Amino acid sequence: MEWLQQLFNGISLGSIYALIALGYTMVYGIIKLINFVHGEVFMIGSFTGFYAIAFWGLGFFPSLVLSMTVCAVFGVVIERVAYKRLRNSTRIAALITAIGVSLFIQYVVIYIRGAQPEAYPNVLPNRTLDIFGIQISSQSLLILLVSVVLMIILQFIVHRTKIGKAMRAVSFDPDAAKLMGINVNNTISATFAIGSALAGAAGVIFGVYYTKIDPLMGIIPGLKAFIAAVLGGIGIIPGAVVGGFVLGIVETVVSAFGFSLWRDAAAFIILILILIFRPSGIFGKNSKEKV
Amino acid sequence: MEDKPILHVSQVGINFGGLKAVDGFNLKLYPGELIGLIGPNGAGKTTVFNLLTGVYTPTEGEIMLNGERINGLAPFKVTRKGISRTFQNVRLFNEQSVLDNVKVAYHSLARHSIISSIFRLRNHFIGEQEMEAKAIDLLKIFQLDKVKDEKAKNLPYGGQRRLEIARALAAGPELLLLDEPAAGMNPQETNDLMELISFIREQFNLTILLIEHDMKLVMGICERISVLDHGLLIAEGTPDEVRNHPKVIEAYLGEEVISNHA
Amino acid sequence: MLKKVNTFWLAIILAFVFYGVIQLLISTAIINPFYSNTLIFICINIILAVSLHLVIGITGQFSIGHAGFLALGAYISAIMTMELGMPFSLALVAGGIVAALAGLVVGIPSLRLRGDYLAIATLGFAEIIRIIFLNIDYVGGAAGMQVTHATTWTTSFLCLLLTIVVIVNFTNSRHGRACISIRENEIAADAMGINTTYYKVTAFVIGSFFAGIAGGLYAHNFYIIQPVNFGFLKSFDILIFVVLGGLGSLSGAVISAILLTVVSTFLQELPETRMIIYSLVLVMVMLYRPQGLMGTREITDYFGKWKWKRIKGGNQYGG
Repeated sequence: MEWLQQLFNGISLGSIYALIALGYTMVYGIIKLINFVHGEVFMIGSFTGFYAIAFWGLGFFPSLVLSMTVCAVFGVVIERVAYKRLRNSTRIAALITAIGVSLFIQYVVIYIRGAQPEAYPNVLPNRTLDIFGIQISSQSLLILLVSVVLMIILQFIVHRTKIGKAMRAVSFDPDAAKLMGINVNNTISATFAIGSALAGAAGVIFGVYYTKIDPLMGIIPGLKAFIAAVLGGIGIIPGAVVGGFVLGIVETVVSAFGFSLWRDAAAFIILILILIFRPSGIFGKNSKEKV
Repeated sequence: MEDKPILHVSQVGINFGGLKAVDGFNLKLYPGELIGLIGPNGAGKTTVFNLLTGVYTPTEGEIMLNGERINGLAPFKVTRKGISRTFQNVRLFNEQSVLDNVKVAYHSLARHSIISSIFRLRNHFIGEQEMEAKAIDLLKIFQLDKVKDEKAKNLPYGGQRRLEIARALAAGPELLLLDEPAAGMNPQETNDLMELISFIREQFNLTILLIEHDMKLVMGICERISVLDHGLLIAEGTPDEVRNHPKVIEAYLGEEVISNHA
Repeated sequence: MLKKVNTFWLAIILAFVFYGVIQLLISTAIINPFYSNTLIFICINIILAVSLHLVIGITGQFSIGHAGFLALGAYISAIMTMELGMPFSLALVAGGIVAALAGLVVGIPSLRLRGDYLAIATLGFAEIIRIIFLNIDYVGGAAGMQVTHATTWTTSFLCLLLTIVVIVNFTNSRHGRACISIRENEIAADAMGINTTYYKVTAFVIGSFFAGIAGGLYAHNFYIIQPVNFGFLKSFDILIFVVLGGLGSLSGAVISAILLTVVSTFLQELPETRMIIYSLVLVMVMLYRPQGLMGTREITDYFGKWKWKRIKGGNQYGG
């Protein structure tokens, strides 16, 4: 039953990666930008949740909603201030800007509150359940449930609502979408808002699950979520979810075999292998530059 | 015509995800010929160029250059075997000088090694000097020697088109592929270009395959013309034969009337 | 040609005069150890900037994992001197060679990738190198490795001069032009007979070699090296030299390496402020002057243009 236990831990971790990866993949799908700031949005979400719980005494769900709202606004502001001007510049300029904004946010947060970590308060009742012989805390079960519900809501938004339709149209062909009367700017902002809200949720969930947060916490999960997005095929929403879960499970397995120090390396090795052998990811289609 | 063909393309085709962009394409080019490749938009003309130059690997058929099979070779290897090209949408090295654009194409003719360049050995200076002299001679033919130090992106459009042809020549081709060389030019410029193409063909012993939308240019200078439509070769022959070919008229109907164009 | 040879040697002689003057000032203690140490640090950073400039600025391959090669050079050279008792000069060369080999191993597969994908892959490789050192007890793991102080103004200046001469000479040859043509238009470069993979890998290997040399100098200047010194932030520091200076401008990379090294020396006590300024500068440059301070121009172009304009009286197009 040991492996079943590990599988469950992997899925819990994977659900966090998946939530962050969704934002990466949505933004990439729509403006072809690797939004490095996404890891920082995740961090801001985590801190918002922390302050909401610790200082205002809010419960888990109100904090989650608050943090998602703050992150949605934050994501849109970043898009409007920094990225909007870069739509017609080179990919490299956009990537460097993203890295720059990401570092800026990290160090402004450190400047304001210092680099010391914070212990996340315990907001969820924690009982250990015994299901099919494996030990599952009610907390991680609830977290997994929340992640899955959010993913289902996202799927609904993308496929059943008007804004979702507009998002798909813009990511397919922005010029044609514009000619069809779609407000491309608003659609891009909406994408950032939704993606960032998911990262915010992931931030709170991460805090509750791992109990320790700090201003540089976004870097590694951010990169890993990006790897998950590439693994599933960047720009493809179900791909990000699958990529997140696969990565979470692989990491847990690597740790379980006693190589926990190599855990981070495993993710990067997966990234490089996938980039070399199947750069379009598990679900992606190959595309070649037109000559 | 009793010579061996320089280029022999037989039954070449390519699929893009189930879509046949070019199918069963045949072409024989003899040394010194100037052949036109025409067809309506989306007929697969540029795809043929991409197949000939190694950008795409044909999914079927065979491309023989001087009796040697070249399908599947990387583009730079095809160039070194003697096929050089220009692009439909000009692809110059924008930030490099006009002179350097041409020198880049002379690259594989020079022999001095990285070591000799890094340590500025004798071979480096000999090699570089030779490249420079050759490049300037070539630019003179294209009347670009006066602007040799300008960045390529600062040339006027016509100059950029000519520079692209000069650069293709510097790569030392036997067979030159020109992809819509007159696109965007006015009638005067087009006339000058026709003369230039005839001139370089004599001067450099070239065989030329030309894609063109400007029918006047094609009909005026090409000896034979191949017509492509929906990836299929629909007609072949002299300009007069092609002009009156029923399938050609049909393919072009609705797009443009050949004789009145330009 | 004769003129070109002369300017080359003139530059070398001037460089040595500059070296001699500084050396004199150091040995007569007019320049105190703090400033001479800053000078060494400037040399190391210029070497890093110029070596990355060859990869990003000249060849257009967006690598953001340069710190990985720096780490290799640092650790290999430290092992050579501390564990194997080799002389410092040999250790420097060994660090460079191992970094170059790593560049070859990393370059061949990853240079099939383009743009942001290549960037992420190089970042991944650098992280893997760092994690490997983190897990090897022989080099001290996370605690790091003690290294003697051996880097002097003389060694760092000689390495800097070698780096610049090699990279300038490489750039101003058919090989450098081939690299630039790849940056400008890879498809056209390929169609003109340039073996693009070969030149991308070559630029990567040369760049890694000098990053390795810089690593050796770095290790023997700081008494201790730790994996944490070679993380993503270090790669970012090097990247900002190249981007701020102007992608494609060697003199731009040199100038911004000098400027930023001086700035960060003054901000040493305020690392957060330094990072805020750095990142803000980077974002502002990308938004308002994406070509950087110098664009693709070199300092020498300004002299050249001035002369040319005076002789010809403005430029003319040949129709």
